[in-house]
Parts: sequence; C-alpha cells; structure tokens
Amino acid sequence: MSPWVPLLVMMLIGLGFGVVNIIASNFLGPRHPTAKKNMPYECGIEPIGNARIRFSVKFYVITMLFILFDMEAVFVYPWAVVYKQLARSGLFVFMEMALYLAIIFAGFVYVWKKGALNWED
Amino acid sequence: MTTVFFLIFALTAIGAAVAMIFQRNPVYSCLCLVLAFFALAGLYVLLGAPFIAAIQIIVYAGAIMVLFLFVIMLLNLSAEERERPKRPRFLPFAVAVGGLLLLELALVFRRAPLLGMPAGQSETSVEEIGLKLFTDYIYPFELSSVLILAAIIGAVMLAKRKI
Amino acid sequence: MIELLIIAVKCLVVFTAALLGVPFMVWFERKVVAHMQMRLGPMYVGPHGVLQPFADAIKLMFKEDFLPPQANKVVYYLAPVLGMTTAVLAFSVIPFGPQTNLFGLLKEPIPLQVTDLNIGLLIIFSATAMGVYGIVLAGWSSNSKYPLLGALRSTAQMASYELSLGLSTVSILMLAGSLSLNEIVNAQAGLYWGFIPRWFVFQSPTGFAAFLLYFICGVAETNRAPFDLPEAETELVAGFHTEYSSMKFAMFFMAEYVNMIAVSAIATTLFLGGWHGWGAGGDTSYGWVIGLGWFVAKVISLLFVYVWLRATLPRLRYDQLMAFGWKFLFPASLVTILATALWISRQVS
Repeated sequence: MSPWVPLLVMMLIGLGFGVVNIIASNFLGPRHPTAKKNMPYECGIEPIGNARIRFSVKFYVITMLFILFDMEAVFVYPWAVVYKQLARSGLFVFMEMALYLAIIFAGFVYVWKKGALNWED
Repeated sequence: MTTVFFLIFALTAIGAAVAMIFQRNPVYSCLCLVLAFFALAGLYVLLGAPFIAAIQIIVYAGAIMVLFLFVIMLLNLSAEERERPKRPRFLPFAVAVGGLLLLELALVFRRAPLLGMPAGQSETSVEEIGLKLFTDYIYPFELSSVLILAAIIGAVMLAKRKI
Repeated sequence: MIELLIIAVKCLVVFTAALLGVPFMVWFERKVVAHMQMRLGPMYVGPHGVLQPFADAIKLMFKEDFLPPQANKVVYYLAPVLGMTTAVLAFSVIPFGPQTNLFGLLKEPIPLQVTDLNIGLLIIFSATAMGVYGIVLAGWSSNSKYPLLGALRSTAQMASYELSLGLSTVSILMLAGSLSLNEIVNAQAGLYWGFIPRWFVFQSPTGFAAFLLYFICGVAETNRAPFDLPEAETELVAGFHTEYSSMKFAMFFMAEYVNMIAVSAIATTLFLGGWHGWGAGGDTSYGWVIGLGWFVAKVISLLFVYVWLRATLPRLRYDQLMAFGWKFLFPASLVTILATALWISRQVS
C-alpha cells in the first residue's frame, strides 16, 4: 500500500477529533447568552467601532518578503540533499549555491537598508 | 485504488475552484483556493512528484495564500462594498485575457501530445531533481535568483514608496 | 485489509499518545515553573497534582459553549479544528524507535513510525506552514479587536521564524543526504572513539549552531515565552483565542502543547540522534523499548528547556522580536549552511 495512505488517515483522525469535540461541547455545555456577554470582549468597556479595522502595511510587507525568501529556501533543499555526492568532484557545487545565496543576500541587504525590517519608523 | 484517489482529488480541485469563483465572501474564496491547492498536491503525489506536492503546500498554500488572506483583511471590504457592480466595466478586458489564455492552451495541446503521455510511472526523488538542477539546469537555477532579487526590490518599492 | 488495520491502529496510537502528552506537559510545566519559583504548584488532585490537567479538561468540557453573535460562524468553528489537525500531522513521519515485533506478538516486525516518506521533513514543514491558518482564521472570524491583533502578530511572527526554521535544518540534510526522517536517524547511529555518539550535533563543527537556531525558531514558532507576543496577556488579553470558550478553546490550547512536543521530537530526530542510544535497537526482543525510552527521554529534556526558558526570560518587545528573527537568525542560518558546506567538501575531498 502507498506510504501516503497513513498521512491521509492521520489527517482524517485529526479532523474527526476536532469535529467530535465541537459537537460534544455543543451538547455538554450550557448556553445562557445575555446582551452583555454577546458583546465583543474589550476589557469590560463598551466596544468602540467594529473589528474591521485597517492595520499596518508592515504585516503585508513581512509576509511578502517571507514568500520570496521561502522560494529561495525551496531551492536549497534539493541542493543540500545532493551536496555530498556532488562535492566529491570539487568546489563547483559550493560556488553555485554561494553565488545564488549572494544574489539573494544582496536583496536582503537592500531590504534592510531601506528600513523595511524596522518595525518602528 | 489510484483511480479512486484520482477522482476524489480531481473532483475536489474542480469543485473548489468553481466554488472559489462563486463565493461572495473573499475569505471563503481564499479558503476554497487553499482546498484546491491541497487537491492539486494530492494529484502531484499520484503523478509521482512528491517534492512538487510538498512545495505546492509550503509555498502556495502556506505562504502565498496567507498573503492573500492578509490583503483581504487589510482591505476589509464591508458587506455593502462587496455588492456586485451593476455594470461590469472590466468584462471586455477579462474576456480578452481569458480568450488569449484559452488560445495558448489550445496551441500547447496541438503541439505536444500531452494526452497520450504516460505519467506517474515511477516516483521522481528529490535526489534526481537535485542532480538535474545542479548539473544540467544550472543557468536557469542561477537566473531564478535574479528573478527573486527583482521581486524583493519590487515588494519593498511597492510598500515603502516614500523612502 | 490487515495492512489497513495496522495503519489505522498505528495512527490511533500515535494520535492518542500525542494527545496524552498534553496533560503530562501541562502538569510538568506547572510543576517545574512552580519549583523554580519556590512554590509547590498543583498538589491536591492526585499525587503531586498529576490529575490536575485531567480535571481541567473535564471542567472545560462542561463550560458554556459561547458563540459570539458577530462571529463568522463557519470559519469560527473551522479554525480550532484546523489548528488541531495540523499540530498532530508532524507525528506521522517521526520515527519513535527501531523495528519491533512487540515481543513476538506479530509475525513481521513493524517500524515504530506511522509512515516513512522520502520527503518526510517537507511534510513537517507543510504542516507547520498550514498551522498559520488556524490562528489567522480564528482572529479574523471572531470579529473582535484583540483576536484580530493577536492573529496578525502571530502570523507575521510565525512567517518570519518559519524561514530560519527551515534553513536551520539544511545542514542536517547535507550531512544525511536525504529528506527521509528514517534515514536521517539511521545516519546518526554509532559512536566516535567509543564514547561520543554520532549525533548530528557532534558530526560537524556547525552542528550545535544549527541546533540552537532550530530550537530558538521552534520556540518562536510555537508562540512560547520569551516569544509569546501573540498572547501577551497584558496587552492583548488572550490573543487570537480571546473569543473562544469550552472545547474550542481547549483545542487551541492542546494544539499549542502538541506543537511544543512536536518541535522537541523533531529536534531530537534531526539533531540528537532520534531513538539511538546505549542499548537501543539490536537483535534483542526489548531493544525497541530502550530505543523508545531514549527518544522519550530526549524529548522530555527538550521540553524541560522550554519550561526553563519560560521561567527565566522576560518577554521580548514586538519590534525586538521581528528584528531578532530577520536581522540575526536569517543571516545566521545562511552562514551556518555555507560553513557546513565548506566543512563537508573538505571531508569528502
């Protein structure tokens, strides 16, 4: 049998456990909603406005940079797996990755110098 | 057995993709797309490309879709703004782009006999990918770093134009 | 058919073990922190309070199942389920011990691992990457300010540290030449000069640096002290799960602890030789028990470090946290990769 089947089974067990839990707590727990209890929690003070607020663009920049550097990391894994084999025939395979990382690192330095990594302006 | 799994994954992928388009709430659309990516990853596994499947989840579902969610949350369209516009202004443009893509697809199918190609005969290991990538395809690999560099600079310029 | 049965049993056993790890970890954490602060910690429920977490779990089950009217219901229910599922998924590829026939109970020996995939480590990274969804969806669907802010912080933090988390394992991949966790563990068998174990921490001069990087990122990834910003209670109440109650809250709580155990188990597998240790494996009928014992002992030691950190270090400020992740850990992991690469090419040439 395919070695992937257990992964699927594990996923189903996890999902099943979650669903059963939610259904169970639906039946086991009491439910006494009141107007005050139903308010969004803001430390006991009447909520001001709603939660659909706009937030800092920095979260967006960080996620975007994460994607780009994550793509770089994706190329590093196959390189790491074959490194020992290819390293026997010299430093070429090392230079390959060194050059690749150097180009990416130039981008990283640019990001740093531009201040995109600074949380406070 | 494989056929059953193929049908499950393929139908999920198509269903999720269609549901994505018809969802009114952008967060639901986003989640449908994540589901579609999962089904695609399943198909990649069936085709004997587990590495691509993992990358599909890590990069697309785990990173890019999180960015999409962030953008949706950042824009935070309220229910009124989400109403469908009366006159779809971009319709001609959308039809043109869609038609172009369809044409391209048709050309690819005409040139390459994709339908008769065998798939999933044996599993391609990460090792094989690595050996190919770092010997035969070394230039595309190095060039991809320049592409990522351009994207990094673009990302910073977009968000921090003032500096 | 019998094959499917074995798979189902294995999955259930591993799942239950991961879940039972949670009450143990909660008790362990409370006790250790208490003793470090010259307190006793829980004492009344069971001997030395071991049953306290079970009592808490039963209490949570009968708590009001609160549903905020402003919440987006489907996503609100989906988020804890997703969080829980992605947390346990990592355990499906970790080898817990050598092969066993359970003292002659089975004809064919089975490996103490749910499944050995060629890309095992990438499966773990996929699960980690998907773990973000539980949090970000919980924050968004609660439709309340504190959960939203907590979720945003969490996501940005996890994204930043996930990068270095992935890169810190690359040195191991270079040494082992494989992504399969089984092969990674087996590459760490044996001893140097008869007394130093061939764990990856000792196999290269950069091994320990990689291990430290991995563990720091792991602590941040699980949102634990000193990186527990997302639920900094003085600023954000309870962070992304402020509006959750009863078992839905319990699932986020369990997911956090399962994740801690998972990070420790992965660190053990990658850097500390997995189940290898004195007397583990071999041809004896009880060798697998010793292997499993080594594995559990190593995981508990790492969990102790988790608790120790929590009892010792004050929480970072958010800008410090982001600066540490991007300006220190990321370049440091790149340097570690290149240093390991140079060392390996010296060894093989």
